[in-house]
Amino acid sequence: MFLVDMHRIERYSDCRTVQTDGTPRGTRKNPGRGRHVKILSPSRMERCIGCHSCSLACARLVHKLLSWDAAGIRIMSSGGLSSGFEARTCLACDPAPCVDACPTGAYSQRRGGGVITRMKLCIRCGKCAPACPVDAIYLDTSGQPFVCIHCGRCVPFCPHQCLETIDAAQGHHPGVAE
Amino acid sequence: MIREHFRVMVVDLAAGSGNPVDLEGRDTLAGGSGLAAELFSRYGKPGGRWDDQDQPLIFAIGPLTGYFPLMSKTVCSFKSPYHNQYTESHGGGRSALCLRFADLDALVITGKAKRPSCLTVGSRHLELKDISYLWGADVYATGKMLRRAEKGSGHRSILRIGPAGESGSAMACINVDSYRHFGRLGGGCVMGSKNLKAIVIHGDAVLPLPENREYPAVFDEVYKKLTATDMMSKYHNLGTPVNMAVLNEIKSLPVRNLQKTSDPAIEGITGETFARDALLRNAACSGCPIGCIHIGFVREKFMEENQYLYRQVSYDHEPIFAAGAMLGVNDCFAVLSLLDAAEKMGIDVMSCGVALAWATEASEKGLLSEKETIIPLRFGDPASYKEAIRHLSVGTTDFYRLLGQGALKAAARYGGAEFACVLGQEMAGYATGEVFFTSQALGFRHSHLDSAGYSYDQKHKAKDVKEAVDFLLEDERGRAFLTSMVSCLFARNVYTDELLGQCLTAVGYGALASSMKGVSLHIQKLRWKARMATGFDPDGVTVPKRFTEVVTESGPVDASYLEELKNEYAGRIRQLATDAGQ
Repeated sequence: MFLVDMHRIERYSDCRTVQTDGTPRGTRKNPGRGRHVKILSPSRMERCIGCHSCSLACARLVHKLLSWDAAGIRIMSSGGLSSGFEARTCLACDPAPCVDACPTGAYSQRRGGGVITRMKLCIRCGKCAPACPVDAIYLDTSGQPFVCIHCGRCVPFCPHQCLETIDAAQGHHPGVAE
Repeated sequence: MIREHFRVMVVDLAAGSGNPVDLEGRDTLAGGSGLAAELFSRYGKPGGRWDDQDQPLIFAIGPLTGYFPLMSKTVCSFKSPYHNQYTESHGGGRSALCLRFADLDALVITGKAKRPSCLTVGSRHLELKDISYLWGADVYATGKMLRRAEKGSGHRSILRIGPAGESGSAMACINVDSYRHFGRLGGGCVMGSKNLKAIVIHGDAVLPLPENREYPAVFDEVYKKLTATDMMSKYHNLGTPVNMAVLNEIKSLPVRNLQKTSDPAIEGITGETFARDALLRNAACSGCPIGCIHIGFVREKFMEENQYLYRQVSYDHEPIFAAGAMLGVNDCFAVLSLLDAAEKMGIDVMSCGVALAWATEASEKGLLSEKETIIPLRFGDPASYKEAIRHLSVGTTDFYRLLGQGALKAAARYGGAEFACVLGQEMAGYATGEVFFTSQALGFRHSHLDSAGYSYDQKHKAKDVKEAVDFLLEDERGRAFLTSMVSCLFARNVYTDELLGQCLTAVGYGALASSMKGVSLHIQKLRWKARMATGFDPDGVTVPKRFTEVVTESGPVDASYLEELKNEYAGRIRQLATDAGQ
């Protein structure tokens, strides 16, 4: 318990800015203050109806694509539609195993958890996807990886508020349901 | 992908192979209903029997599928085993988005597989697999087995049939992703006749978006209208079952084989009761944030010492009317157990419930005995109906096999045609009056969704034949365009012509946007032409006597007004088909 608390503090104190961590402009809650790095949290997936609006919004707004795969969040049924849905998305690991797996620096550690991606450095080797323990990285047919950048642009498209962005400093695990 | 032409996969089940075909006509056919009619004219045999191996089973999506919310339906067209004529059935689930991400505007399936098979398609995949081991399996078991055998959880659509489709019942449906269906007029039977137990569509492509400023702006406008206003609240809240109490109140709910139009005991099966007592959760078709799918539960004690099992089953107004009010079953959990039984067997619950309602009245009148029905059929007895659904699905006796072809077919042998609640097919859950009866009896799909005749009955008291038929045809024209996009018709008040034009322009179909009225009329005519070419005679349509005995809040049905409407509508349909041929 103590270690977890220390970890929280460490993450919080390390969060100097959001501008440099890959998070797009316009998604900061307190622009200028720069202390509250946000992470995407699929906190209420038990409410999910499987409309895929979040994935489609991510692909549309972040990657300029029509897809439910090429997105930072993908919705899967957990054993048939009768068992409900789960979100495949970045759990904001720190340290992130996908960063370790990347041989070119295309992935680097994001303060607050998750990764900063620089696609110019990506050689499509595909090492990042299997390194992710929760299958949150999608590789398209060319080997280009798609991973959540915790920008939160999918959040308003969920009709049931399954998703939210939370302060990374809260130490709240994004996989914990309400 | 946004293309000027259509990309169609034409599969020959006998050969086990397919042929991708590019087809021109985006600006005249649009997609969906229009594309399906064109494909039937190319690949169908209008004069051949429905089960001729070469007859196509067609699935088509539209130019807006996936690009905008609620553009989430697929049009399935085929020559129907129910009437041996061309028809459409519409379904949702994941089917539409999966076809989009398989990068196909349509899938055309011809031929007959040598063995019971599963067809899998994707953007880089086509395969016909022998799944003989699933022949005879119910819809639930088939779904479970295929989920295990196929990769792509969440981004695939699994279409399958149950024992009803295998047995040749003209009421067999195609189950889509457990909770949706291509329900009516026997699409499941067509699959069965082709030895096609299942179709798995993998939505595995990543597609480019239009690179302009209009698209994101129009998308946001549509999304806001759908989610930030109350325009869709009816479907999101209680869902379509809200109609049960409303129709009962205005004496327009078919009860006990339409012997009555309201029932004081309806409280047990209203939308409010289902939501309060039986609603587990909501679900959505892919690409639709509304979540109109209402899922209830069936809980069964299968052993002493409190051993229970449970299943989840979707419900809507139409299934509740057919398995509830029409059969005198007024307990929501009893209704859900009947819906569950029909789901399992893969039979359309609307047709099934209405046919069993006829059989029940025929039993009461002594036209049928237990020699035919095996078990006694009594209004209000769900246990018997549960048994009967199984008999009807597998065709246990000659009687059930005949009833599976439609209540009027059975009535032709056993008598009782005057009280068979058939309007082109087994009736939908509205007894609002003459205009609705006409619209279903003569409508293209014999569906309550062909046009809003039920709404017209409630709003217009004057008996103006021309005005009513003008309304039906104009409403049908607009809906034919929406089902060519392919929109869910629940969004018809959001997707006005103006907004549809903006959507089409934003994704690069400006020419189609500028000629929507002409194109919609062309599609309407094309569909009727296809229907007529397969033998539809609008003048030969009869409305059973029971419909003329109905009394609604507005008073008794006027048989002569009904006859005039029917004659006028038949003449206008004939004219449309003639125009299309010129």
